[in-house]
Amino acid sequence: MTGEQIAMVDIYIMGKRYNVPETLTIIDAMEYAGYRLTRGCGCRAGFCGACATVYRLAGDYELKVGLACQTKVEEGMYLAQIPFFPGRKAYYDLDEIEPLAAHFAQLYPEVFRCLGCGSCNKVCPQDIDVMQYIAYLQRGDFARAADLSFDCLMCGLCVSRCPANIVHYNAALLGRRLYSRYIANPDPFLAERVKAIEEGKLDTEINEMVEASKEKLQELYNNREIEK
Amino acid sequence: MVYTPQLKELMKKVEETRPSRVGVDYPRMSPEERREVLQQFHPDYIEDGFREIKVGVDKGVRMPVEMADVFESYSRLGDFKLDSDSETDYDVDVLIIGGGGAGASAALKAHENGANVMIATKLRLGDANTMMAQGGIQAADKENDTPAIHYLDVVGGGRLENVPELARALVMDAPLVIKWLEDLGTMFDKKEDGATITGHGGGTSRKRMHTARDYTGAEIMRTLRDEVYNKRITVVEFSPAVEIILDKDGRAAGAVLYNLETEEYEIARAKTVIIATGGSGRLHYRGFPTSNHYGATADGLILGYRAGAKTLYADSIQYHPTGGAYPPQLLGLLVTEKTRGLGATPLNINGEQFVYHLETRDVESSAIIRECEERGLGVPLPTGIEAVWLDSPLIEEIHGEGTIERQLPAMLRQFKRFDVDIRKEPMLIYPTLHYQNGGLIIDDNACSTVENLYVAGEASGGVHGTNRLMGNSLLDVIVFGRRAGYHAAAKSKEISTPEGLNLEHVTAYHKELDETGAADGRTGPILLPHYTHR
Repeated sequence: MTGEQIAMVDIYIMGKRYNVPETLTIIDAMEYAGYRLTRGCGCRAGFCGACATVYRLAGDYELKVGLACQTKVEEGMYLAQIPFFPGRKAYYDLDEIEPLAAHFAQLYPEVFRCLGCGSCNKVCPQDIDVMQYIAYLQRGDFARAADLSFDCLMCGLCVSRCPANIVHYNAALLGRRLYSRYIANPDPFLAERVKAIEEGKLDTEINEMVEASKEKLQELYNNREIEK
Repeated sequence: MVYTPQLKELMKKVEETRPSRVGVDYPRMSPEERREVLQQFHPDYIEDGFREIKVGVDKGVRMPVEMADVFESYSRLGDFKLDSDSETDYDVDVLIIGGGGAGASAALKAHENGANVMIATKLRLGDANTMMAQGGIQAADKENDTPAIHYLDVVGGGRLENVPELARALVMDAPLVIKWLEDLGTMFDKKEDGATITGHGGGTSRKRMHTARDYTGAEIMRTLRDEVYNKRITVVEFSPAVEIILDKDGRAAGAVLYNLETEEYEIARAKTVIIATGGSGRLHYRGFPTSNHYGATADGLILGYRAGAKTLYADSIQYHPTGGAYPPQLLGLLVTEKTRGLGATPLNINGEQFVYHLETRDVESSAIIRECEERGLGVPLPTGIEAVWLDSPLIEEIHGEGTIERQLPAMLRQFKRFDVDIRKEPMLIYPTLHYQNGGLIIDDNACSTVENLYVAGEASGGVHGTNRLMGNSLLDVIVFGRRAGYHAAAKSKEISTPEGLNLEHVTAYHKELDETGAADGRTGPILLPHYTHR
């Protein structure tokens, strides 16, 4: 691209036309156009879900979605961001609930109103089988729901399209927390290590290190054994 | 198929040498070799990137030029003065500035310790580098490991410049933190029996890297955020702090917040204040691209410094060896160290390995810069920059097909979006600006050199010496977030409502700027980077 002409495309940010280089992501293109973003921009690396965007290409009827930081602009792209969606979150004390479908239903009853339309799957920028994990949640199969929903960024696009008003990402988060807390086995050695630390049993060893001279530490470091 | 025909031709060399590289470890550098490559090629040693700061409590201290520029700036408040008539908009025990992993942990601990807590944050709760930390979190919680062994890795990797009691706190709290997170329902990678699956990171001597696929930070952050909401802790979003408020005795007593959307200022009074604002990658030191969050603009450092908090190792910046270099949409993006942890190796234009793949980050980065700059063996890219290969397909040769999809789903997805299949095609990488090793000085209660002002996470300095290891940053934010929250809450119970709130330290700082001419009209913190019309 050095020395070569970068091709430009027309995009329409909330209907207004801007001419931008075709190599840019939507976020970069908005900034190129002069926007200084506060909403709709976060990690810029596809992890935070701040920049959910809906768009349509000129001449096409289909509404598409993407994360603005992970989607390249295209000629004739009409776009708008959905930086926030007013989804409901249930409040709970994790200590007080059990990993049962009945408890889950009290917190997120709307999950059971799923119409099976698959709109959520169509809009998920992470390509998660959202409808399937909703089915697992309905059955109280939190292990499968946790596994399947794990890569969710909580961008909210699924919620924006759901005719049953399900807040998938919050329901999935509860599912994962229930699974991790109550269904997955606790680490077999961790509690013992925590107890040893709290009882001061590892103090002598660590204090020797903390008080060691730099020369001594350097020698220990250079000759330390490394696990294969 | 985004790689150009030229790149595809070069890629053949990687494929040719691959069979001979499977299962063969490239030798590690000797201590002398490590020192040499650092001094010649690490950006921390390149003098024209630094200058001395002219004002404030650390006058004369060396900083990156870009950091000194934002430190030497006038308040956004101009000569606004607080007086006894100024109305307070919020009145709390503990004010936490910043809504990342450190801020959220601090909030939960302060709340648990009985304090009335509020988080004020620049963007959304959870918009932070924590969310982007992929590779893992270290803790010595296996039988062949102890906190003392972890300590040796931390200080050896940190060039023996770590503050000992901070490194001690880091490693001793680590297993407690894993337990705390597990109890909160954080979904770590586990075996059937519940044992956490742990691996190596650069510079670790034991396999103690706990992971949640390659979304480790995101998994921790969303769990903490959910819990902050469950506890009904007050969260004020899109409201960065722009100045710390002091009381009549010069102790921290709140902050002035700026609502980014209504452009109004608000005053929050608090008995204790915690700065948890993260790092500064978006200042783009030496023009490097960054893996950092959009909001990483050193805000807390500047506010704390103006209020009199001293800094440590402000001139120590971490460059992550594997930042995305191509395609251009991925420039600067973090390629998680877990990729190398699983066996991917850096290769030059001839498909040859030139450095052990798990040296500490400073050494690995320096070796990559040397390969391109000195040896001329980088891969030239159509964008005009150079890079080296990171042989991700080697992972599947070592661990079997499907490993990348299971272990690196985020990486696979991110490259796929721009038409690179990292299971079959090696990645193109170059060091990216990743982490601020230094920051505001704290003690092991996370208290700064200003009374009632606490600092936790990347905004603090000393924990990691002058080079942090992978997996110790997620650990740092939780360990010191918890400590800051606990101690700030305890302290708030000992003191009554602060009186004589003022910004006289700002006035004094302005006077110094006037006298030295250092600010050159700049105001700060910048709050957000300027990317318009670039």
